[in-house]
Amino acid sequence: MNLFKDTEHLIRLAVVIVLALIAFVVLRTALVPRSFGQYGHYRGDAIAEIAARPVAFAGHQTCEACHTDVVDLKKQGKHVVVACEACHGALAKHADDPGSVQPKKLDTAVVCARCHEANSAKPSGFPQVVTADHSGGLACDTCHQPHRPKIETEGKK
Amino acid sequence: MDITRRRLLVLMPAAAVAWKYVLAGTPEASPNYRLTEHWWGMLMDITKCIGCGSCVRACAEENDVPDGYYRTWVERYHVDDWKIERPEVEAPDGGKHGYLHERDEGGKNFFVPKLCNHCAESPCTQVCPVGATFIAPDGVVLVDKNYCLGCRYCIQACPYGCRFLNPKTNTAEKCTLCYHRITKGLTTACCEVCPTGARQLADLKNPKDPIHEFLRTHSVQILKPQMATGAKVFYNGMDGSVR
Amino acid sequence: MQIPVEGFMYPNEVELQWSILIVLYPFITGLVAGAFILASLERVFQVQAVKPTYRLALLTALAFLLVAPLPLQLHLGHPERSLEMYLTPHGSSAMAMFGFVYLWYLMAVLLLEIWLDYRRDIVVMSQKERGWKRLVYRVLTLGSSNISERSLHIDERLGYFITLIGIPSAFLLHGYVGFIFGSVKANPWWSSPLMPIVFVFSAMVSGIAAVMLIYMFSSRLRGREIDMRCLDTIARYLLYTFIIDFSLEMLDLLQRIYEADESFRSLDFMVHTRLWTSQVIVQILLGTVTPIALIGLIQFVKLTQTTRKRIYGIAGCLTLMGIFAMRWNVVIGGQLFSKSFLGYTTYKMDFATREGLLPALILMILPFVILWVLVKLLPPWLESSPAPAISAAPARGIN
Repeated sequence: MNLFKDTEHLIRLAVVIVLALIAFVVLRTALVPRSFGQYGHYRGDAIAEIAARPVAFAGHQTCEACHTDVVDLKKQGKHVVVACEACHGALAKHADDPGSVQPKKLDTAVVCARCHEANSAKPSGFPQVVTADHSGGLACDTCHQPHRPKIETEGKK
Repeated sequence: MDITRRRLLVLMPAAAVAWKYVLAGTPEASPNYRLTEHWWGMLMDITKCIGCGSCVRACAEENDVPDGYYRTWVERYHVDDWKIERPEVEAPDGGKHGYLHERDEGGKNFFVPKLCNHCAESPCTQVCPVGATFIAPDGVVLVDKNYCLGCRYCIQACPYGCRFLNPKTNTAEKCTLCYHRITKGLTTACCEVCPTGARQLADLKNPKDPIHEFLRTHSVQILKPQMATGAKVFYNGMDGSVR
Repeated sequence: MQIPVEGFMYPNEVELQWSILIVLYPFITGLVAGAFILASLERVFQVQAVKPTYRLALLTALAFLLVAPLPLQLHLGHPERSLEMYLTPHGSSAMAMFGFVYLWYLMAVLLLEIWLDYRRDIVVMSQKERGWKRLVYRVLTLGSSNISERSLHIDERLGYFITLIGIPSAFLLHGYVGFIFGSVKANPWWSSPLMPIVFVFSAMVSGIAAVMLIYMFSSRLRGREIDMRCLDTIARYLLYTFIIDFSLEMLDLLQRIYEADESFRSLDFMVHTRLWTSQVIVQILLGTVTPIALIGLIQFVKLTQTTRKRIYGIAGCLTLMGIFAMRWNVVIGGQLFSKSFLGYTTYKMDFATREGLLPALILMILPFVILWVLVKLLPPWLESSPAPAISAAPARGIN
């Protein structure tokens, strides 16, 4: 009995600690998101949330579904492997509602140079020119049709 | 063609099913996508990269990447003769505007595009204190921006420098392998716009994926193999000087 | 704001991720661990000479420990989510586990030990004081006013046991911080098995120096004479710990220079340029070699009390400066070079932003404010303390 009296303060402390632990467990149950641990140590819902982001680039298949004329032209040249949006930018909005979103007219002097400006780090077989010497500052589409870039001897535009 | 028929034609390709979900904005992946059926990676062909920077621009547009930060970038290497331990490297604005200037300095020059390697044993997910970054069951390393504390430990732990702190969300961020695209049957934005096919998305679990044949017939490397990260971005034709 | 870069850095590496606040954090926890080790020297190792600083060391440790999470909170992108570290700690993350090490150390060790040692005084003051102070003491007694011989004896035994656990806990507290850096394989400046050990010993050095300075300063403030036997002993322990710490750091350096692996050229260049002042001048020469030489001198040459006190004051300040520099060199140094080993960036420290110099200064002053409050609340020098305070006896022999 005496011992109890002399350790009373420690027992009180123990009670405080136990109460704190219980409070923590309750807090944890209330606050940890439900889907946590579904697939691993993370919020399972996060996967779906990340996957739900809207798409900005439509993808060439979507463009090709409507713009069949351009597809036919591209098929005749080397740019058949170049995706539409590589030059025209992200156009999912345009694919979704073609009337309301008009793609911007491109400045070929800028767009073409990014790939075709000569640089010693580019693979040697890749067509590249020093644009200043090649065109003397003229826009590339002065002579080249971007969808079928090769210039025939009797050039068709 | 009037608008309604265009709409119909837009909905027909493979992306059609996914497109419905895109338009509806419903927060779940397409029903025909199973997490366990995929193990994503990427193939980079150094011999084909022309350093045009289309991938960097496309990624920034697709994913709202803030200026000055990069989910992917293109480095230009210059190696002088035998000095492969001391290359000269540059990446002005991450190579976003391509490499327009002619640098005819001799030696060996090439481009190396980089992004998150979506490591199978990633050191970044290991150190996250709360489980905000993780490897999804389909092999993509993602960041839960609603859970991230912004402690930046993962950024320190990544050996490749592919992570950054987004100043708008104050959370860690990096390449998601365009998770919102690949789960809908599309390819990543960077692979979509790459004009030479230097970047190719690869599903390592798909037996019909061309990467398997490619890996069998070519000498490929991963970045920093000594870090034992289980990187899943494979580089063809990569020089020993690449860091 | 353009950050000047030399050579090549991966584009996302240019901006530093961990700022001066993250330098401050290991510095503060180091002081905690060191102060506690000093306190336990008396309790467990029966080093009677340092007894006058026992309670002061404990309160110092508490003051700093309470401030320790603040630089982290200021640094986080989302401090409101920091509870997640306790709700869903990631088992493989050293940082997550540290949250529990910190909590354990604070609650189970430090607070408990202080409470048990002070309980008699708390009960006495809960009956003597008036007003809101009385309420505070009443709460601290947890409702029990038993200060019988037996209960105090039980407290003393339990306190001893807690100190016993507390010593490895203190090592764990700061060794852990070392491990948080040392386990990052991506960073060759940090990645080393020596890191936790170096951090522990430098923590002890800084903690001992801090308590030594606070003891000297507070004695001066109270107009009391300093117990020279105590001070000399503390300084000796500082010396021994410092020698071990310095040896470890030099060992790491020598090994790096000799092995010269792929990162070496880059790190060597960094130390010779960007880190020259903070590492070679401040940390090594002024902050380590000088204090060791000064205190070492006292062991061999008989000097007057006044001279010794002056030397201890100087050595203590230089030590703290040196250990802070060490934290700076580890944290900031580890981010100044590129992981491509081809370039270097610069740390641009702002002044009045969330992670700038101003908050760092405020956070360094705050523990002293808290210590002042603690000393007022729980005086370390109460006349009715259980153990008789060592009287200001004349110093033996040395004059």
